[in-house]
Amino acid sequence: MSTVFIPTVLRPNVGGAKRLDLAGDTIRGVVDELVTRHPAIKQQLLTDQGDLNRFVNVYVNGQDVRYLQGLDTPVTPSDEVRLLPAMAGG
Amino acid sequence: MPKSYGDLLREARATIREVTPQEVEALPAGSVTLVDVREASEWEQGHLPGAVHISKSYVEQQIEAAVPDRDSEVILYCAGGVRSLFAAQTLEQMGYANVASMSGGFQQWKGAGLPWEAPTVLTADQKQRYSRHLLIPEVGADGQAKLLDSKVLLIGAGGLGSPASLYLAAAGVGTIGIVDFDVVDLSNLQRQVVHTSDRVGERKVESARKTINALNPDVTVVAHEEMLVAENVERIIRGYDVILDGTDTFETRYILNDAAVAAGIPVVHASVFRFEGQLTTFIPYEGPCYRCLYPTPPPPELAPGCSVAGVLGVVPGIMGLLQANEVLKVLLGLGETLAGRLLLFDALESTFTELKLRRDPNCPVCSTEAVEARRLGRPLTMAGAADAPFLLGGSFAALPDDDSIPAKVDA
Repeated sequence: MSTVFIPTVLRPNVGGAKRLDLAGDTIRGVVDELVTRHPAIKQQLLTDQGDLNRFVNVYVNGQDVRYLQGLDTPVTPSDEVRLLPAMAGG
Repeated sequence: MPKSYGDLLREARATIREVTPQEVEALPAGSVTLVDVREASEWEQGHLPGAVHISKSYVEQQIEAAVPDRDSEVILYCAGGVRSLFAAQTLEQMGYANVASMSGGFQQWKGAGLPWEAPTVLTADQKQRYSRHLLIPEVGADGQAKLLDSKVLLIGAGGLGSPASLYLAAAGVGTIGIVDFDVVDLSNLQRQVVHTSDRVGERKVESARKTINALNPDVTVVAHEEMLVAENVERIIRGYDVILDGTDTFETRYILNDAAVAAGIPVVHASVFRFEGQLTTFIPYEGPCYRCLYPTPPPPELAPGCSVAGVLGVVPGIMGLLQANEVLKVLLGLGETLAGRLLLFDALESTFTELKLRRDPNCPVCSTEAVEARRLGRPLTMAGAADAPFLLGGSFAALPDDDSIPAKVDA
């Protein structure tokens, strides 16, 4: 279980929620739970092979999971998970 | 019992350690703080390299900011070695434990043929215009002179570039280049505050030039009225000290990143979306670059620009000024930049969140391998050549495919 912050651009796919409390012991578990509850987000988060898309960064407590253990990075209930796609607007 | 000047001088000589100009010259650079206690008009005629200037009349008020550590070694000097003795007594009273005065002062230093330098002298108008900068010890006349000699390139005179251009111009950044091929549209004016209602239809670079010149005639505006593309990026960015990225397309952001890393120019990056903003500073090889942060761009539906998604006008205003702050810090060499940190701003919650960024060891642009490949004249290329806009920008684009090495990234 951890709190997942949903960026504005993905919120339409999760019923407008800004943050969601999701079960899971790892990022993979949390993402699975997210996709199960909100299937519309799957295509934007994951590749066909089930890996994280390269244009969405995932941070646990401010650290990029690419430099932790990727999808296998463990999470605890007090952890803050952020999904962060690039934005271009200027 | 009244004391004469001679009495006071004898007392000071008896207690304050004195060092000769030759002894000062022999000290390793940076091992002591040299404080010039003469008047500003004397300082402007020339001073010891690396010295800080605090007039004797301001010593009590300003020394703690200039030398916070009372145990560090401080050497004071004046013109002939007398005022610095008295100033040294003051520092000792304030608890500075390691104070000396340079005997013979600047006259003897100069007479001995030791090196000195003349500071950039601001005009009377400039001293008044920038007085609030000059009052800050960390900026001062030297910092202001540095700003006046600096060249900053703004990519885009839009939501981010507008507020940044105003404050950078006001701060006295001597040369501001602006890359923009667009004209002012009525819908821009909700946030692009460098433009005005009577300039709708006018070229943005010209509109911005008018506002900037009216604000500060010290600033030279260089207009680059063209779209930043792989073919011109190297020419456009050449010679600038810092680049402020305020574009609204991924294509331009990647092209700029690749060329700026190769040229070693820092890029202060920001982007906005409705109520949110992202900000960081890319300093080549010191921190990550844009491709380390976002290896590939998202599909268009996941990243609409302001013209599609909308943006609260103050959000690019806030982010643009944070960019200007980063630019000034890089130019002045002050503080900690956002290199290696991504700052997120949420206007609805009024929160800032900081995320840690790292250099990607496999980055096709800033990794050791990429640098080495560029040095050998065979830069890395991206896989997936069909995705043309996101090929490596700048000089990389011009190289024949069969002469290049594929980079270790997914496209």
